[in-house]
Amino acid sequence: MKKVYLSILGFSFLCRLNAYAQTKQDSVDNKPAYTINGTPKPDSSHYNPRKFHIDEIDFVTSYYSQNGDHSAVTGGIGTEKVTDIANGLTLNFVKTDRNQNKNTLAVGLGFDYHTAASQAFVSKTGASSPSGTRIYPSLDWTVESAKTGNTFGVGAYYSNEYNYKSLGGDVHYSLKTDNKNGEFSVKLQGYFDQVTLIYPSEFNPMATDVNSNSYGDGGGHHHDNNGTSPRKTYNASFGYSQIINSRLQIALLADVVAQNGFLSLPFHRVYFSNGKDTIERLPSSRFKLPLGFRANYFLGDNIILRSYYRYYADSWGIRSSTANLEVVYKVSPFFSISPFYRYYTQTASRYFSPYEEASPTQQYFTSNYEYAQFHSQFFGVGFRIAPPNGVFGWQGLHELEIRYGHYAQNTDLVSNVVSLSLGFK
Amino acid sequence: MINQIAKVSACLLLVVSFASCVNVKEYQKNRLNDAEMTLSNRKVEKNELNFQSYREAASGANAGKTGGGCGCN
Repeated sequence: MKKVYLSILGFSFLCRLNAYAQTKQDSVDNKPAYTINGTPKPDSSHYNPRKFHIDEIDFVTSYYSQNGDHSAVTGGIGTEKVTDIANGLTLNFVKTDRNQNKNTLAVGLGFDYHTAASQAFVSKTGASSPSGTRIYPSLDWTVESAKTGNTFGVGAYYSNEYNYKSLGGDVHYSLKTDNKNGEFSVKLQGYFDQVTLIYPSEFNPMATDVNSNSYGDGGGHHHDNNGTSPRKTYNASFGYSQIINSRLQIALLADVVAQNGFLSLPFHRVYFSNGKDTIERLPSSRFKLPLGFRANYFLGDNIILRSYYRYYADSWGIRSSTANLEVVYKVSPFFSISPFYRYYTQTASRYFSPYEEASPTQQYFTSNYEYAQFHSQFFGVGFRIAPPNGVFGWQGLHELEIRYGHYAQNTDLVSNVVSLSLGFK
Repeated sequence: MINQIAKVSACLLLVVSFASCVNVKEYQKNRLNDAEMTLSNRKVEKNELNFQSYREAASGANAGKTGGGCGCN
């Protein structure tokens, strides 16, 4: 009888435990559903430092080499030979606040050095400096909620090169769905730029009336030579990502972009059909609408398909499509090879004319081949190494990526780019 | 322009609606959590995207910045 009594008591105790097991208590951070030891011990399964510490350091460097024969500086003809060395360093600091929210502070600094053969021809005789540098620091602070995974952040950036200064800022927010399989994100950005008014040597505004139309108004306000003119960009980015199943996830992306101010560049020449030349003149406002779609699929055990498509339209009459496919082959869990192919096509802007084809009666004109009709192909291969004991056995270097790409437009512009990315922990 | 945008939007919505979403639990996300499955550009692509946005008219929608910086040479 005693055994029966104890069995019933034990069974009812187990049932009571089971009833508690149905409650929504699935986080180690929450109080346990039931304990037979009275007061629960505080969770010590993970350590949350309250002060900022370096979590990761990212370094990216690239060498870019280009050749072509349609420089905008010389009115759509002439060399487009460019070399560029770009370097970027980002320090990611992390801390956990008293509510267990994750705070990330990303401090970035970029430095580029370029040579551009066409830049020498800002001077008619080709005597201008063909090289320059650009420096661009950035800051971003993001808080991720421990309870919901939602994030909120702000960012600021600055860029300075010999003829252009840019100051930018953003606010961004992301919201996860209840089941954590979907995420909506929004980012509002503003760039407040100053274009330095460096004219081709034969169009020295000091010698003429700067308010006349002889140099094009570009929509901005002209000042004396080497003065500046403002350019503003407002951008709202929206994204929604969704997990479809355990192998497939997609993202829908859209930007709404409005620009105003001096959208031309003062040292871009245009040669009219009558043989006379002037500088590029473009409207003072531009509206852009890029719509993108990403889908990543894990095929089998060691292949990942990364795909991307973008449709783009703007108020200058340009329509474009971009399609990109990358096939990641995982040789091992820590080493992958990724060949990729990208196809791009665009229609011409209504303001574009090739060399000596623009009419002097046109209100706006440019011979910059960025606004021409063309298509391009970009292909290459990337390698990623991320072994658990560090790259080359160096524990601090947790990830290394190398990527090479060859780019070719049907305008005869060709370029090659090789990039290296290092991730330190 | 509006017609083309409407067509593209309709295609994207069609793709999404055809794909039946499964509620994937955290423990089923080992493939989705792979570093190369992220729905964004690789860090190593950063400078590639910059030069593409300078040589081509289109940018944005998760592929190249839409403003700031000249890159005009």
